[in-house]
Amino acid sequence: MNYIFEGVIGAFYLLLAKDPETYSAIWTTLRLSTLSITCTLIVGIPLGFLLGHYNFPGKRAVRTLVDTLLALPTVVIGLLVYAFISRRGPLGDLGLLFTIPGVAIGQFILALPIVVSLTASAIEGIDPKIYLTLRTLGASDMQAALSSMWEGRYAVTAAAVTAYSRVISEVGVSMMIGGNIKWHTRTITTAIALETGKGEFSMGIALGIVLLAFALTANTLVSSLRRRA
Amino acid sequence: MRKTLVFLASIALLLTLSLPSTAASQYLMMATTTSTDNTGLLNVIAPAFEKTTKIELRWTAVGTGKALELGKNCDVDVLLVHAPDKEKKFIEEGYGINRREVMYNDFVIIGPRTDPAGIKGLKAIDALKRIKSKKAPFVSRGDNSGTHSMELELWKKANITNIDKEEWYIQTGQGMLNTINIAAERDGYTLTDRGTFIKYEANHNGNPPLVILVEGDQLLFNQYSVIAINPKRCPKVKYDLALKFIEWITSDEGQKLIADFRLMGKQLFVPNAAR
Repeated sequence: MNYIFEGVIGAFYLLLAKDPETYSAIWTTLRLSTLSITCTLIVGIPLGFLLGHYNFPGKRAVRTLVDTLLALPTVVIGLLVYAFISRRGPLGDLGLLFTIPGVAIGQFILALPIVVSLTASAIEGIDPKIYLTLRTLGASDMQAALSSMWEGRYAVTAAAVTAYSRVISEVGVSMMIGGNIKWHTRTITTAIALETGKGEFSMGIALGIVLLAFALTANTLVSSLRRRA
Repeated sequence: MRKTLVFLASIALLLTLSLPSTAASQYLMMATTTSTDNTGLLNVIAPAFEKTTKIELRWTAVGTGKALELGKNCDVDVLLVHAPDKEKKFIEEGYGINRREVMYNDFVIIGPRTDPAGIKGLKAIDALKRIKSKKAPFVSRGDNSGTHSMELELWKKANITNIDKEEWYIQTGQGMLNTINIAAERDGYTLTDRGTFIKYEANHNGNPPLVILVEGDQLLFNQYSVIAINPKRCPKVKYDLALKFIEWITSDEGQKLIADFRLMGKQLFVPNAAR
C-alpha cells in the first residue's frame, strides 16, 4: 500500500524539483504525440469524410476493414514497422529506427483507423437534408461538403481526442521502434515500463499521474473550446 | 484577424515540437542487456565516455538474444552482452568482430528465506535437481537472454529435460528485476546475475524477501563482453566509434569506473579486460 502513497508524493516531487530525466520524457512524449497526431489528422479527417459522405461500391467492405484495423495490437504494428525500417529492411537507408519520426510512423498507423472510423461515423450522423438544402440553394459540391463537415465538427474533435489519448498511452510501438533510449526516445510510457522493471514502483506511479494530467489538460481544453463555440 | 494569428501560432508551435531537437554531433548506438541498464551502470559509464571522447553513447536495453538480433540486422553499432557461446557463434558467422571481454560477475540462485526445497549451500546442479524433485516454483526469464541461456545450460547439465510445461516452472519473458519480483510474489526460486540482485536488495533497503541460497559455484561465472558490428556486412555502422568505445571501456579509465560502481557499498561488476 505504502508505495502507492509514495508514488503520489513522488509525482509532485519530480515535477517541482524539475528532475531533468522526467522532463525529458515528458518533452519527448509531447513532441512525438504532436507529430503523430498532426500527420494522422491531416490524412485521417479527409479520408473519414470521403468514407462517410460518399456512396461507392465496396463502401461497406472498406468500413469493415477500417473498423477491424481499430483492433491492431501495438506490438504487431511495432514489429511491422521494425521490419520495414530496420537497416536490413526496405526503408533501412532512411535511418528511422530508434528515432522519434520512426515511432511516429507506428503511431500514425495506430491512430489512423480511429480518426477515419470516428470521422466517417460523425459525417454519416449528419442530417443529409443539410447537404441537399445547401445544394438547392446553389452551393457548389465542395461548399456543401465543407458546410456539412462543419456541422460535424464536435464529433470530429472527439475523434481527434480519442486518437490522441490512444497515442500518448501506447507503449508497444514506442518500446519496439524507439528502443527507450534515455534523453532521446524515452517517453512517459516506456519510462514507466522501465521503472517498473527496475522495481521503482513509486517513480512509475508518479509518471502515470503525469500522463493522466496530460490527458486531463487535453480534454479540458477541448471541452472549453466547445463551450465557447 | 485574431483567429488567423492563433492559427499561425499553433502551426509554428507544431513545427517546433516536431522538429528534431539539437542534432547530436557524434553518437554511438549500443544494444545491451537489461542487467547493465537496470543496475544503473550505464548511467555512470555513458557520461564519462562522452566526457573523454566527445562521443555520445545511446543504448537500448534488451536481452542478449534480442541484442544479437539487432546486431545481425545492422541496427546498432556495438554490443555489450553476456552469453559467450552465442557471442562466439555470432562472430564465427561474420556478424561481429573485435570481441573483448570487459567485466564479470557471477550468477546466484535466490529463493525465499524459508528455503522450502532446502537448497542452501548446495552446488548449482544439485540445487536444481532438488527444486525439481520438490516441485518448488522456479521462475525463468524465458526470453532468450544471457541469463536464460545460462539457466538452460544448467538444466541440461543436471540432465533435466522437458520442464517447459511443468506447473512449477514459470516463464516470465521479462527483464531480470521483473522476474525476481515475480519470483518473490510466487515464493519461488530464480537464477539472477549478482549485479541485478544487489540492485534488488537496494530497492528493499537491504532486507529483500528473496535471498541468495546458492553461490560461488564455478559453473555460475558470468562474463560480459563488447563486440563491434562487422562493417563488411553492415557498411553503415559507425565502426570507428565502436572501436573507440571498445578501447575506452577496456582502458584503465573505463575499467576503474566499473570497479568503483557500487550499490549499498557492494561492488556489482569486476573488470577483467585483458591487457
